[in-house]
Amino acid sequence: MDVKSNHDIILKNVSFAYKQAPILEDVTLLIHNCEFASIVGPNGGGKTTLLKLILGLLKPDKGKISIFGKPPEEARRQIGYMPQYAHLDMDFPATVMDVVLMGRLTGTSLWFSKKDRAEALTAIDEVGMSRYEKTGFNKLSGGQKQRILIARALCSRPDILLLDEPTANVDHETEVNLFSILRTLNDKMTILVVSHDIGFVSKYVKSVICVNKKVVIHPTTLMNGMLIKDIYHGDLKMVRHDHRCSEEGHCHD
Amino acid sequence: MIDAIYALLDPDNLFLRYALIMGCLASVSFGIIGTFVTIKRIGYLAGAISHSVFGGIGLALFLQVNAGLAWFDPILGATLAAVISAVIIGLVSLHAKEREDTIIGTLWAVGMAAGILFIDRTAGYFNLSSYLFGDILLISKKDLVFVGSLDALVLGTSILFFNRFFSVCFDSEFMSLRGINTTFFYLLLLILTSLTVVLLVRIVGIVLVIALLTIPPAIASFFAKRLWQMMFFSILLCSFFTSAGLLLSYTFSLSSGPAIIILSGTTYLMLLMFHKWIKN
Repeated sequence: MDVKSNHDIILKNVSFAYKQAPILEDVTLLIHNCEFASIVGPNGGGKTTLLKLILGLLKPDKGKISIFGKPPEEARRQIGYMPQYAHLDMDFPATVMDVVLMGRLTGTSLWFSKKDRAEALTAIDEVGMSRYEKTGFNKLSGGQKQRILIARALCSRPDILLLDEPTANVDHETEVNLFSILRTLNDKMTILVVSHDIGFVSKYVKSVICVNKKVVIHPTTLMNGMLIKDIYHGDLKMVRHDHRCSEEGHCHD
Repeated sequence: MIDAIYALLDPDNLFLRYALIMGCLASVSFGIIGTFVTIKRIGYLAGAISHSVFGGIGLALFLQVNAGLAWFDPILGATLAAVISAVIIGLVSLHAKEREDTIIGTLWAVGMAAGILFIDRTAGYFNLSSYLFGDILLISKKDLVFVGSLDALVLGTSILFFNRFFSVCFDSEFMSLRGINTTFFYLLLLILTSLTVVLLVRIVGIVLVIALLTIPPAIASFFAKRLWQMMFFSILLCSFFTSAGLLLSYTFSLSSGPAIIILSGTTYLMLLMFHKWIKN
């Protein structure tokens, strides 16, 4: 595999099965430098599995994965990861600063240095949450929590940012804010965002990675109804979010 | 209550003073470890460890009488059983996802049953209720040294690895991605928990361990914003509950363990209702 290629992430003929049930089959995927891609697909289609394979939390049964020319376990430190916050304990006694500083912990350091704190403050500022560093994490709204978890991923200064469903349970305005923050970050790093929502792709997203056992990557301009039908194996209506709803609201089928 | 204060000053009542010192010293470990147990929500694991401790106590008594191993103290048996079961229970909770609660429930019951069977096969009379419900009034100077060393161990390890324990409790998966050996720190935390449980067994007994381990942090969480504050308040609350419970039990000739638990339990429940009422 060419180490000097401009691809950050390379998956070659990767297959993964969970208890004999195939989740991903013969996946080949190249993510180039400073890509901003949305990972979409039906539930159980393998989005999270794909993310965990890239992070090295799961090992492929077949095929090879390399991140910056290294195996995932060695490249982990260059990846910033934002998990879904639903699995975190919301009564946890921690301030925003406490949570963001976790992104600075390494295998060797025991306590945080001045530099760690400065980096954490910068990261909090980058997601537009400055002045909140002393606030309790559990006092924040869903969208704010997600921004803080992005700050935690950012403060280790990663080259790749992976976000697992950052737009789950947040309103449209928060989502737009979030993506404009990501747009700015995209100048410096590759970003992959898992989304449960195929109808919506932010205008900032450059490509869409469709995952349903197989993985296909498309430039966003090629996204159309036929493609969605192909992925979901059924007819669906495209939900457009790029317009303002009438005052009476709109209804989903 | 006034009687109890006078009794404390009476030189004949050395045991009462020992008991009070023991309670306050032990509260340091209880407050710190209890806070970790509460935020990590592993009270159930602590319960299983405390019940398997009974197996160790039974084994020690059996070996002392039947095998002539006089040095095999019940406290030694309890400590061994606690540490071994902490490691087993920790590995089970990490790897046996689907059957976790069944396996842990089984270890809980088997530990307890083994203890009873060992004692059945041991000649002599044993005051079982002092193991089950604690007897802080049987404390000796040797126990105080034991508690002091455990405090030093728990305090030292917690300060050294504070950020690690903290983040492993908050988001273990994320920390493993940061290159931190989360399994090691999780097991270390469980081993510290098991040692603390052995102490607790002396004070409130096997059956009541979970209550004294989790009630003070639960109360502290009402007003603590950060983890160290929660620990600090837990230590204060725990010292207060053990001391007040002890004096109550002395004054009204009650068992000390249950007196401590009733006091802390009712305080918690009342504060919980008050807290909900204020929120609405």
